[in-house]
Amino acid sequence: MAAPRIIVVGGGLAGLAAVIKIAEAGGTVDLFSIVPVKRSHSVCAQGGINAAKNLKGEGDTTDKHFDDTIYGGDFLANQTPVKAMCEAAPAIIDLLDRMGVPFNRTPEGLLDFRRFGGTLYNRTAFAGATTGQQLLYALDEQVRRYESDGKVKKYEGWEFLSAVLDSKGVARGITALNLRTMELRLFPADAIILATGGIGAIFGKSTNSVVCTGSAQSAIFQQGAFYANGEFVQVHPTAIPGEDKLRLMSESARGEGGRVWVPRIAGDKRSFKQIPEPERFYFLEEWFPKYGNLVPRDVATRAIHKVVYEDGLGIDGQPMVYLDLTHIDRETLNRKLEGILEIYEKFVGDDPREVPMKIFPGMHYTMGGLWVDFDQMTNIPGIFAAGECEYQYHGANRLGANSLVSCIFGGFRSGPNALAYAKSLPAAEGDGGASAELARQSEINKKLLKNEGTENPFKLWRELGDSMTKHATVIRYNKGLKQADEKIVELLDRYKKVNLADRSQWANTSFAFARQLYNMLELSRTVVQGALLRDESRGAHYKPDFPDRNDEKFLKTTKASFTGAPDGPRFEYEEVDTQFIKPRPRSYAATK
Amino acid sequence: MANRTVAFEIKRQANPDAPSFWENFELEWRPGMNVVSAMMEIAANPVTADGRATTPITYDSNCLEEICGSCAMRINGKARMACSALVDNLEQPIRVEPLSKFPLVRDLQVDRSVLFENLMAVKAWVPVDGTYDLGSGPRVYPQEQEANYPLSNCISCCCCMEVCPQFNDVTGFVGAATIAQVKLFNNHPTGKVFKEDRLRALAGDGGIQECGFAQNCVEACPKGIPLTDAISDVSRDVLVQKAKDFLRG
Repeated sequence: MAAPRIIVVGGGLAGLAAVIKIAEAGGTVDLFSIVPVKRSHSVCAQGGINAAKNLKGEGDTTDKHFDDTIYGGDFLANQTPVKAMCEAAPAIIDLLDRMGVPFNRTPEGLLDFRRFGGTLYNRTAFAGATTGQQLLYALDEQVRRYESDGKVKKYEGWEFLSAVLDSKGVARGITALNLRTMELRLFPADAIILATGGIGAIFGKSTNSVVCTGSAQSAIFQQGAFYANGEFVQVHPTAIPGEDKLRLMSESARGEGGRVWVPRIAGDKRSFKQIPEPERFYFLEEWFPKYGNLVPRDVATRAIHKVVYEDGLGIDGQPMVYLDLTHIDRETLNRKLEGILEIYEKFVGDDPREVPMKIFPGMHYTMGGLWVDFDQMTNIPGIFAAGECEYQYHGANRLGANSLVSCIFGGFRSGPNALAYAKSLPAAEGDGGASAELARQSEINKKLLKNEGTENPFKLWRELGDSMTKHATVIRYNKGLKQADEKIVELLDRYKKVNLADRSQWANTSFAFARQLYNMLELSRTVVQGALLRDESRGAHYKPDFPDRNDEKFLKTTKASFTGAPDGPRFEYEEVDTQFIKPRPRSYAATK
Repeated sequence: MANRTVAFEIKRQANPDAPSFWENFELEWRPGMNVVSAMMEIAANPVTADGRATTPITYDSNCLEEICGSCAMRINGKARMACSALVDNLEQPIRVEPLSKFPLVRDLQVDRSVLFENLMAVKAWVPVDGTYDLGSGPRVYPQEQEANYPLSNCISCCCCMEVCPQFNDVTGFVGAATIAQVKLFNNHPTGKVFKEDRLRALAGDGGIQECGFAQNCVEACPKGIPLTDAISDVSRDVLVQKAKDFLRG
């Protein structure tokens, strides 16, 4: 039998982790990425990666990491895969260390750890405040090593368009678009791993990178894959609002002692220096004495919202609060946080060592994603998913520094599983659906290029982002969610009149974007309709009209499937695996 | 008060064989505006300053926070990242053009894959035995970590190569970024097993001796990587290696 052909789509941490495992097992991989893989969004992760290595004498264990993760996720995550991830995490850190990641060190030369949100333990290994960048580079280097051995072939600058499915619905390959030559091409494969990241772009501005559109997930959702827990979207409490994006200000700033506060007097005109301690409202510390500034992100984000919008205490009456590091000595700040301090300095112009940062919550992470089984396979045979594009490790809210470990763990799981699947796959009948899929994609492309109308795709996208951010982020009302769904329907209709200002067939970014936009619109409906149906509050999903968690009705995974009907996706619910930890009320106000 | 505007002159070229030309844009000023957000604005409203319809500009970008290395271009003559180029700090009209030392794709987009090829040629990786659990890594003291971490911050933007007078078709010079990675991996307790291979890769034509010590690289590096220190350290190691290889015959 010929060697199995595996395609990995996405070159961030999860994709590269999958590639490494397959190459190491003797397989060969075709690796597709919109950008050169070293420029993937994983580089934006800042604060660190969790593993209960217990190097601080605190008695930390993988069981405690497991419990913090499940509790932090408000019991929505299936417990079996999360337990496996937490148990694997210490060895993953060791491996990254062996690969040369420049983790910060203790004086004795051991790995240093810091504390992150939603835990009381120093469990987060870090490389300054650019941990994601350093981890991605380590895996990129290992993949380059396999590339030089001929085990990996990179297709950088190619965008995934769709899966090729045979008459039985089994994946047989992909179609992809060359973003330079605009060539549409078919790539056969026996197994496919999607590792295509989050969906920040459907919220317009977010902390995500430009490529994080969710287009690939949406494409296979429209081909029959379940999309799970789409309504769970993390809004990070501390981001820097910007014209082009919201820039993340890492949780590690608070892990190293940063304090969030506002003046106690609304509209206080004094500069921060003139405001004495008693007149500063350290609201996270007052409201959550045990966890203080390191409550989980959903909790911190809602607290900031309350202080700004209900109590009217935003700085200068603006939607902003202080994130203050000025009490920490410069040397420590430079050693542990320099990367993020530079970002603030470069983009805002103030030195956060001297002046408290002004921050506000911003859309950050996609807990939901493609439904996968415990082997990381979607319900489409032969299509696997790993990393942020799938749903299974973070439940209703992700803890800080758990994303990097889930990406690598999911990638490591999916690679060997895809290889094993591919080895036992019977040959396709006929061309396995290839020519039909190629024709379908070619038709979409031709139609889009010729389309006459008045709608600019970038403008439609802005309207989508504004509506999604307004109705489907921190605070959700059913009325607003309905409006957001109506807005998406309106945009889908206007999309029919989309007019590309550029009809050329060379490096046409408008064309590629317009294709992504359609997929963004379809996927957005799983977010708003999933949220609409979930009449409870759980983790990041918060409805003031239904302020409590309702386990009886909603301790369930949401599974959306595409119908093509005007009403949008069909929804069904699946029991959550809670075999290890019995769900208990989640509150960070006192001891858990 | 009339709305403030920002003037841009952007170099356009439809493909590698097409002629290049300049287009002017006048955009509404917004607080915190950077060069990338101007491109986004043009995409949503592709009209030139004189009211002529045009195409959105093709350019590379991704993270928009100067960590992915995508959006390097020449802004007012200087090679830098477009995301961190704040309009308020730039003289107008803001002239934007592609990097000049790399094959042009379209408009502001160029092909920088040469850097990734160079990194492969110098084996810029740590050859681990495998990804299974082999226990913790080598002990590294904070002083060593603090020396290596800056080198590991290279975002592959290629600004150092763009500004280097020696980086051209005649010399075939690898450029500062690759040399700094050689230093990084030669410093690593496991990575140094390939030290000799890396130094030999930098010993021939296009290698480290092509450096003319113009020091433009260290000035241009957006991440403040000590590139000239890396070049002098690796230069010395290459010379020692050459001598060893000569004596060994």
